Amino acid sequence: MADTILKGKAFRFGDNISTDHIIPGKYAHLRSDLPELAKHVMEDADPNFVEKVKSGDFIVAGKNFGLGSSREHAALVIKMAGVSAILAKSVARIFFRNAINQGLPTLICDTDKIDAGDKLEVNLTRGTITDLTKDVQLTFGKIPKVMLDILNEGGLIPYIAKHGDFEL
Amino acid sequence: MGKTLSEKILSEKSGTDARAGDIVIASVDLVFVQDTTGPLTIRQFKEVKHGRLANPQRTAIFLDHAVPSPNRQLSNDHQFLRRFAEDNECRIFEGGTGICHQLVAEMFANPGDIIVGADSHTVTAGGLGTFATGMGSSDVAVAFALGKTWFRVPETFKISISGRFRKWVGAKDLIIHLIGVLGADGATYKALEFDGQTVSNMSISERLTVANMAVEAGAKVGIFPSDNVTQRFLTVQGRGNKYSALRPDTYANYERTIIINASELEPMVAVPHTVDNVTPVSMLAGTKIDQVFIGTCTNGRLEDLAMAAAILRRKKRHPSVRLIIAPASQQILTKAMKIGYIQVLVAAGAVILPPGCAACLGLHQGVLGDNEVCLSTANRNFKGRMGNPEASIYLASPATAAASALTGEITDPRKVL
Repeated sequence: MADTILKGKAFRFGDNISTDHIIPGKYAHLRSDLPELAKHVMEDADPNFVEKVKSGDFIVAGKNFGLGSSREHAALVIKMAGVSAILAKSVARIFFRNAINQGLPTLICDTDKIDAGDKLEVNLTRGTITDLTKDVQLTFGKIPKVMLDILNEGGLIPYIAKHGDFEL
Repeated sequence: MGKTLSEKILSEKSGTDARAGDIVIASVDLVFVQDTTGPLTIRQFKEVKHGRLANPQRTAIFLDHAVPSPNRQLSNDHQFLRRFAEDNECRIFEGGTGICHQLVAEMFANPGDIIVGADSHTVTAGGLGTFATGMGSSDVAVAFALGKTWFRVPETFKISISGRFRKWVGAKDLIIHLIGVLGADGATYKALEFDGQTVSNMSISERLTVANMAVEAGAKVGIFPSDNVTQRFLTVQGRGNKYSALRPDTYANYERTIIINASELEPMVAVPHTVDNVTPVSMLAGTKIDQVFIGTCTNGRLEDLAMAAAILRRKKRHPSVRLIIAPASQQILTKAMKIGYIQVLVAAGAVILPPGCAACLGLHQGVLGDNEVCLSTANRNFKGRMGNPEASIYLASPATAAASALTGEITDPRKVL
């Protein structure tokens, strides 16, 4: 099987980007209208994010990305915006499960060397990240097998729909 | 090697010898959603093959985040949830009954149970010795369908607490202090297990406050051993028969031990915009505030209202401060009326909101204006949390909140009494 490769531009964020930055509670009334909700993704961290981001791009953050509320809408609207993966130094527990459950690769790596606008290439199969702008290569932490299996099926709901149960 | 509380519960519910780091599949005793996570969960649940609830009577829907509904879209979400509950014969709790985590404590959580909820503050039930954790809607949808989910057995930090709290210092100050020590990601993926003489003397209300905020340090659960205090609470709530004694083994393995002397603690405040940005209240004296909010799953219980009423009795809120109070459940509101707390608070100039999440998450009932400052007894002070990224939120105890409502600035409760 060919390697799974993602390519795009880096959008930089700092530490402790909460689910309130990603999609604030004040938009709870839009949660049953996902295309409308998705227009506000990352609004309180970067008001112009949704206009700038292109399909395939990456969110590159510091530590503890996605802390706070369990709202899976946070991972969902990031995916809907076209983001192909999240790269962060660390990720909050609930968000990590949610992102994988939505089939959104979320990779733990040292993001300090990556600047806004850098062109990145992520090889999911080999576990490497190449900053093409700087010609630097990074590696990312191993995803636990149970989560990798879920990610490979495109998320938890497709995984259970296919297998009928957890297969550990 | 002995087992921590988390290892014991996950062993029992998975039928394995569960140790930190293991991946296990465990049955759940209750699975729930609230009104802002429920609609997505149910749509995902319908995509899972057979689409039937594993245990309808152990599946609950709580309408608490947006009640009474502020707009048409959320009203339609509520309709959708009510219809699902009717069609699937699961439990539903109508708006005004209370906040999901408080109702879970009053009606469902028992020592040794596993509870998963589509809300991050599901950890609250850890105060009763329950392994309770928040998950997203995909995980909860699958738990709806299968009655089980997968867990990574967490490593445990033991939080050992000794000493007596000084007057007007308590559970909220303790947990804010601890989050300051750990950092907002200091316990990510870990269990916090509370122990020590001080813990035995803490009421269930206080334990729920502490467990509630475990997630603000990133923890998967914040869990207490069960004891006669737990038993008494369950008996009062009509399920004394569900009590079981739950303690960690003597030689359990802890990744880290943190020792706290409660008698050294000051009233603490979390400063904008992260919960681990903590300081003693004295450092903030004189900070002007526009709104005080007392309530939420952290501090909307009877003891919290009692604390506020004791400080506000025969006094008036500062004219430039709005005082908003939301009891955490109907049971609490009813008791608070009977004892007279509500009358005291209304006389002091408080607006009493119906039991529910109210102003906490910024969708109604106390949204902040530009550059406004709120002192809240909630658990989160993230930028934008209360509906406006141009506003600031400080977190403190009900005592500090009530004292500050009197003076119009952040105030040590010991200064007004």
